[in-house]
Amino acid sequence: MSFSISLTVNGVRRNIELEDPRVTLLDLLRERLDLTGTKKGCDRGQCGACTVLIDGRRINSCLALAVSHDGADVLTIEGVARGDVLHPVQAAFIAHDGLQCGFCTPGQIMSAIGLIGEGQAGDDPERVREGMSGNLCRCGAYAGITEAVLDARQDLVAANERRSA
Amino acid sequence: MKNFDYVRPATVAEAVAAAAAPGAAYLAAGTNLLDLMKGGITHPDRLVDITHLAGLDGIDRLPDGGVRIGALVRNADLAHDPDFAKSYPAVAEALLSGASAQLRNAATVGGNLLQRTRCGYFYDSASACNKRQPGSGCDARGGENRLHAVLGWSEACIATHPSDFCVPLVALDAVVEIEGRTGRREIALEALYRLPGDAPERESVLQPGDLIVALRLPAEARAFSAHARYLKVRERTSYAFAIVSAAAALQIERGTIREARLALGGVAAKPWRAHQAEATLAGCRPEPAVFRAAAKAALAEAKPSGDNQFKIELAQRIIVRALTLATAGTPQRIPALPASAFAPISGASHHA
Repeated sequence: MSFSISLTVNGVRRNIELEDPRVTLLDLLRERLDLTGTKKGCDRGQCGACTVLIDGRRINSCLALAVSHDGADVLTIEGVARGDVLHPVQAAFIAHDGLQCGFCTPGQIMSAIGLIGEGQAGDDPERVREGMSGNLCRCGAYAGITEAVLDARQDLVAANERRSA
Repeated sequence: MKNFDYVRPATVAEAVAAAAAPGAAYLAAGTNLLDLMKGGITHPDRLVDITHLAGLDGIDRLPDGGVRIGALVRNADLAHDPDFAKSYPAVAEALLSGASAQLRNAATVGGNLLQRTRCGYFYDSASACNKRQPGSGCDARGGENRLHAVLGWSEACIATHPSDFCVPLVALDAVVEIEGRTGRREIALEALYRLPGDAPERESVLQPGDLIVALRLPAEARAFSAHARYLKVRERTSYAFAIVSAAAALQIERGTIREARLALGGVAAKPWRAHQAEATLAGCRPEPAVFRAAAKAALAEAKPSGDNQFKIELAQRIIVRALTLATAGTPQRIPALPASAFAPISGASHHA
C-alpha cells in the first residue's frame, strides 16, 4: 500500500509517494529529497541533530512519521539562507565559533531559530541554555553556541524593530 | 521496526473502531511510541493516526471555572498558555521541566499521560521484563535498580512512571474524558493507572479502542495558584527524567494551611498522590516541623526495591523543600531552570 502526501519543504511544494509508512521525516528529507544538511545522530530523540521546523516550530524529525505530517510546512538548514546571505543565526555561529566538528550544527541552528521565534528566553543566558538543552554538542562548543544565540537574537529583534518603525 | 497498517480516521468514532482491533495502537506525536517501535519494544500491527482529528486541540475555560484541555494540545502550548500558566502554575512548571523544547513542541497531553516507563530493562529486549513480556521475569529486581520504585511496587515489576506533568495533575484532581466503544466516560486521572501487582503489562484501566479525548482540571484547583510548585531532582541539570519529584500546592489563610495537595513522581508505577500527608498538613501552620511530619507520612509505606533506599530520604527532603517553596509563593515567572531543586528559596520575586 502506498500513501500520497504533500509537504512544503523550504518553500517548495512537494508531492511524495510513500511506499512504506515507517519512513521518518528525517529519512524522507535525507534519502528521498537529498537534503542531507539535517543530520541523523541518535535517531531516538535524544541528541537534537535532526531538528527542523514544522509550521515554524522546532521538532525532532527522527521521531516524526512522514506520513503523519501530510500538509506540513518544513524548514531545514538548506532553506534558511537567502542566496549567498547567511541567516543571522548562521552568521552568529561563525562569528562566535559555536562549533568544532560541525555535525550538530544544523540542528543547533534550527533549534536556535525556533527558540528565538518562541520568544521565551529573551536575553537571559540561563534561559537560552535551558532552551537549547535538547541539542547535544559532543565537542562541547556550548559557550560559543550560547553567545551566538544571544547575539543573533539581538540582531533579529533590531531588524524587526527597523521593519516596524 | 516491524511494518504496520497506517490508518487515518476522519472522526473520533472511526478512530475508536479502528483502534479496537487486536494489535492496534493510537499515534499522536509518536515521541515515545516511535522510540519504542524503533527499539523493537512494542510492535503494533496497526497505527491509528489521530493527529488529523478536529476538535481535540483546544484549551477551554469552562462555565464552572474549570479548564478542559484537548488530548492533542501540545505540551509547550499548554505550558505557555497565559491563563493556564497563571491558574495552574505547578502544572506549567512540571511541563517545562520535562524533556526538551523540541519534544515539548510535539508531544501531546494525551500521549504524556500514557507514556511508558523508562526502566532500562523494559527497553532492553535481551532482558527479562514482565511488562514487555508477561511471565518472563524482572531483571531489574537483581540489576541496576537505584532509580526504581519505592512505593506500590511488586515482585513482578519495580518500574516507575516517568511523567512530570501527571504529578501536579493528580494533586489537583484532574479528570480524563475517554471515548470508547460504549460511549463517553470520565475517570479521575489518579484512577487511570494500575499498580503492577502480578500483571505489570496492564498499566491503565483503558480498554481496547479507548481514546483519551480531553483532560479537565476542576475550578477548585485554581485556589492553589498563589502557593504551588513542582520540584524535580535529576541526574543532569536539564533534559532528564526525575529521580524523585514533588508537586506541592497550598491554600494558606491567615497563616494557616486551609488545604494542601501533594504528589510524588519517580517513586512508583503511577503518579503518587500523598493523601495521608495532605491530611496532616490541613489546619497547621506552614513551618518546617509540620512539613517534615507530612513528608514522613507520605513515605510511611515506602520500601526499597533494590539499591534505592536513598530515594525514600530524598523524597522526604524534596517534599519539605517543595512545601517550603510553595509557602514562599508561586514565582511570578517560571524560573529559568523550571522545577530546579537547587534554585535559591529567597531572592526570586514572588506574589502571595
